Amino acid sequence: AEALKASRGPYATDEKLTSLEDVTTYNNFYEFGTGKTDPASNSGNFKPKPWRVKVDGLVSKPTEFDIDELIAQMPLEERIYRMRCVEAWSMVIPWTGFQLSELLNKVEPLSSAKYVAFETVVRPDEMPGQQGLFQPLDWPYVEGLRLDEAMHPLTILAVGLYGETLPNQNGAPIRLVVPWKYGFKGIKSIVRISLVDKQPPTSWNMQNAREYGFYANVNPEVDHPRWSQATERRIGEDGFFGSGRRKTLPFNGYGEQVASLYSGMDLKVYY
Amino acid sequence: MALTDVARLAKRRGDALIWALYGAGLLPALWYFYLGSTGGLGADPVKTFERHLGLWTLRFLILTLTVSPLREIFSINLIRYRRALGLLAFYYGVMHFSAYMILDQALDLNTVIADIVKRPFITIGMASLALLIPLAVTSNAWSIRRLGRNWMKLHRLIYVAAAGGAIHFILSVKSWPAEPVIYAAIVTILLAWRIVRPSFLRWRRSTQTKAPRPARSAS
Repeated sequence: AEALKASRGPYATDEKLTSLEDVTTYNNFYEFGTGKTDPASNSGNFKPKPWRVKVDGLVSKPTEFDIDELIAQMPLEERIYRMRCVEAWSMVIPWTGFQLSELLNKVEPLSSAKYVAFETVVRPDEMPGQQGLFQPLDWPYVEGLRLDEAMHPLTILAVGLYGETLPNQNGAPIRLVVPWKYGFKGIKSIVRISLVDKQPPTSWNMQNAREYGFYANVNPEVDHPRWSQATERRIGEDGFFGSGRRKTLPFNGYGEQVASLYSGMDLKVYY
Repeated sequence: MALTDVARLAKRRGDALIWALYGAGLLPALWYFYLGSTGGLGADPVKTFERHLGLWTLRFLILTLTVSPLREIFSINLIRYRRALGLLAFYYGVMHFSAYMILDQALDLNTVIADIVKRPFITIGMASLALLIPLAVTSNAWSIRRLGRNWMKLHRLIYVAAAGGAIHFILSVKSWPAEPVIYAAIVTILLAWRIVRPSFLRWRRSTQTKAPRPARSAS
């Protein structure tokens, strides 16, 4: 990984960081396997460079960006965010990236654009989880945000963590980070971002709509049908004995910044 | 050497093997506990520990259910080890639940009870473990004599417990990873065998001049 120059952004938590070791060996990235350590073990052949990201759809200036140029020209910031997985564990991760809004403004969304759709690369040769009989999801992995969520200053495209470019298992070379939503919204190894007028399909929602909604806002009040979302285990902090499950906060603790996006919506319906 | 001496020796060796089985069977639990307490179970040690104990519960349930088909199909008789295998499954189930209650939920009984009542996968897991309690309690010779035919009927509860355990595993994960599906397939085959067993034995009896001993076992 290469070092990245970044300024410290305004949205940093002062909570204890999850160790680089845990952040890079405990991952959900099904393109490399369904086990937590699979992405670290199976992503060695993945080539995150050269890389291009196409931004198209309902925009005035559809553009294909080269990842190196993007990293060179975007204002990189370090954002220390809590990450809450839908499986009820959490981490604190120092991301390096830029606001998605900066990129979207470059391509000038049309007024008809209402949503943003994202797509992950499909490379069975380099991604063993995309091979074989037992495939847990349909590829490509797709995700989506409402345009106002995508334009929110907390929403970033991350190109690094711990001050260096992203390791393959964390979604190299570029991934989405939306800290008030469950981790699966943070689509990895993005090749395409499209502005669209209808709510786009999303991978986990297609896999099981009852369990994974489009919004997927962290919400201790709305349980996953099979487990509780009221508490979470902070990875690497609580150890083996004296487990300290902590209370999960609405919008993962970012309610002050984002709750207004959902005023008037029943979050039990739009989960 | 008199024939009775040989028999006695064989029995003593058999008993030693059974105790060795208990010892070996408990080694994975000790090993993972050691790894957990020394930081060797990765980023989420409690979950990993829980998972290993659950897996071994399911493995011992499967081994227990394999004993009678082995005898009936391949004439390999391991029946004397079956009680140890079944009890090991029960012990692992208890440890799995204890790890969840003590290490994972830090003895927050309200949450544990809410989980058991509200979450189907935990309800099913808990019910399966509960079904094993009467089997463990009546696993002694006295109960077998005392309960007679009813003992066999009672111990068929292991079918329900094994099915419940496999479903519990599938429901605890996202999507359909291979591992829980494979365990469920093995349990399904072992339970399906119990359904076709009578016709299989009848068929074999009809094709062999010397009929095998009719299967009396309930497992």
